[in-house]
Amino acid sequence: MNTFKGIKKCLTIAAGIATMAGSMTVSAADITGAGATFPYPIYAKWAEAYKKATGIGMNYQSIGSGGGIKQILAKTVDFGASDAPMSGDDLEKNGLTQFPAIMGGVVPVVNLEGIKPGQMRLTGAVIADIYLGKILKWNDAAITALNPGIKFPDQAITAVNRADGSGTTYIFVHYLAKVSPEWEKKVGVAPSVTWPAPNATGGKGNEGVASFVQRIKGAIGYVEYAYAKQNKMTYTQLRNKDGNFVSPDDSNFQAAAAGADWKSVPGFGVMLTDQAGKESWPITGPTWILMYKNQANAEKGKEVLKFFDWAYTNGGKMAAELDYVPIPAAVVTQIRDAWKVQIRDGSGKSIW
Amino acid sequence: MPSGFGIHEIGHATATDVPQANRMNTAVTHMAGSQDRTGSKTMSNQIPDHLLQKHRKLDIAFEYASRFFAFLVLAMLAAIIVSLFIGSLPAMEKFGFGFLTSTEWNPVTEEFGALAPMVGTLVTSFIALLIAIPVSFGIALFLTEMSPPWLRRPLGTAIELLAAIPSIIYGMWGLFVFAPVFSEYVQPHLISILGPIPGLGLLFQGAPIGIGVLSAGIILAIMVIPFISAVMRDVFEIVPGVLKESAYALGSTTWEVVWNIVLPYTKTGVVGGIMLGLGRALGETMAVTFVIGNAHKLNLSLIKPGNSIASTLANEFTEAVGDIYTSVLIELGLLLFIITFIVLSLSKLLLLQLAKQEGKKS
Repeated sequence: MNTFKGIKKCLTIAAGIATMAGSMTVSAADITGAGATFPYPIYAKWAEAYKKATGIGMNYQSIGSGGGIKQILAKTVDFGASDAPMSGDDLEKNGLTQFPAIMGGVVPVVNLEGIKPGQMRLTGAVIADIYLGKILKWNDAAITALNPGIKFPDQAITAVNRADGSGTTYIFVHYLAKVSPEWEKKVGVAPSVTWPAPNATGGKGNEGVASFVQRIKGAIGYVEYAYAKQNKMTYTQLRNKDGNFVSPDDSNFQAAAAGADWKSVPGFGVMLTDQAGKESWPITGPTWILMYKNQANAEKGKEVLKFFDWAYTNGGKMAAELDYVPIPAAVVTQIRDAWKVQIRDGSGKSIW
Repeated sequence: MPSGFGIHEIGHATATDVPQANRMNTAVTHMAGSQDRTGSKTMSNQIPDHLLQKHRKLDIAFEYASRFFAFLVLAMLAAIIVSLFIGSLPAMEKFGFGFLTSTEWNPVTEEFGALAPMVGTLVTSFIALLIAIPVSFGIALFLTEMSPPWLRRPLGTAIELLAAIPSIIYGMWGLFVFAPVFSEYVQPHLISILGPIPGLGLLFQGAPIGIGVLSAGIILAIMVIPFISAVMRDVFEIVPGVLKESAYALGSTTWEVVWNIVLPYTKTGVVGGIMLGLGRALGETMAVTFVIGNAHKLNLSLIKPGNSIASTLANEFTEAVGDIYTSVLIELGLLLFIITFIVLSLSKLLLLQLAKQEGKKS
């Protein structure tokens, strides 16, 4: 009999814990989002500051862009986040709207003896040929021609890529496809692709790629700008659309964003790769927020918009601290206008 | 129907045995508590019927409860298989059996094949066992036969502690400590010494980058050694001293005793320990992901990057967009399940074969 009493007791305690857990979950006003891992640090920082400023919490799960899209389609979150823009047709089909929240840059990094950060020059076409397996050695004529003053070793190139599907890969291969027709045809653009280079090696996450590049002599890889900067990695210059060689820098990312025609694609879905402009860094990309056009819970929808409105106004400095690039003011105005037109409550009234 | 009758009798006997045992127990506790009051009454009279009834009910309830939990495990296993199967149906319809033989892996065009990760899983586990079995055998042998008694306990505990280290730690250690050392001091020699040998040399072609199938296998070996050696030590210890001492008395060396007396006596346990290690090696995810190089390519060379089923799943599940891609990953999970099942079944068969030969002249 004692055992039964014990079990009963356990069950009562378990039930008590369950109710407590239930009451501890997000309070009514808190908003929830899920998706891309690339912007997670800045979303988390914004959420913390926003909670202090307004008392309203934002709970963001960085489960990956694919997961974010699945969650918003299943309506388990108030907004989804994705590093790859959803096409106009898909937005229409699912009744979603999309706007960019923050931008970042991707930089190529190398491990070559005697070469300092920013010293070496590369072009998109050369990088594409390296990752395609067409350029196999560092002393290939295509590389030496770009760098007259540097003597390259007769060393095999190890092309390091992200093993996990990622927005960083998406931006990177989007750029390669833009500058290399062969890449576009043979490989394509997706968060994870087939890597044709014979020495392709995949690292898990930015830290995986970074550690492979730092250790394997003769390696080339690509990481988020913040990662290259904080780890003092040997980044390279890149030739942009205007033919200038530029180094990765906040101002160069912003230059890329300024030159873009944001209205050309539905849902601001422009990739900022290979943008025109003297200073533009060619591998720049925004990350997007996905919301339903028709907000069943208008209050919740409004809270989400309020959060991003606050972030556009007050979040720029925090973004810069983490080496992200804020969306240009002119684009923010367009986004706020789009909110007014597109996002409505159940009765069709605009909620912004 | 003599046999049927026999079974009935046995059933009857056990059914009555249990309450009898209970009666004795209650009687004892009863007596201890109320010796003064009851005094001269006989034992059987002291057990009230309602107590007996209650105990019988409890027994039945306990039997059903334990049976329920046992079947719950089976039900969960079945549920996992069924849901994996349903989840992988779209991929099976699209690729059929070609999925098993294709090395294609292209998320953009949604063309997938499982050969590269399957081979990666099997090869890394094979390398792990190849290294771990002799080393574990040596450890267990030393601990049970040769170690001075004061060293046994600390050494044994240290090995058991190794088993408790989370796999991610092995992965990080592998990536940041083992791989650089391996690429600097070991791989160049492997390439220059073994590389030129015809046939075998094909396994050691490529640049010494420190990560790849061989590194993953070695890390796995380090991870499974504690499991295998702990089991081996435990089973070696149960060998009766009489057997060993008889052999020693006949003039056997330590090696002869271990090889001819201890191993045959404990082979079931030893194979069991190896299978425990193999089970861990096949399913290991994070440690392998860190050092295997994650390239969906089928390379003959062991020092080139490869992939395993578990690390493919860990890498690609979060960003898998689209039904086919997700379904393919679920099918990979199902394949891992099946591979594990086949390997463990084979080991059971091996044990049965060994048991059959017992007592025959070798």
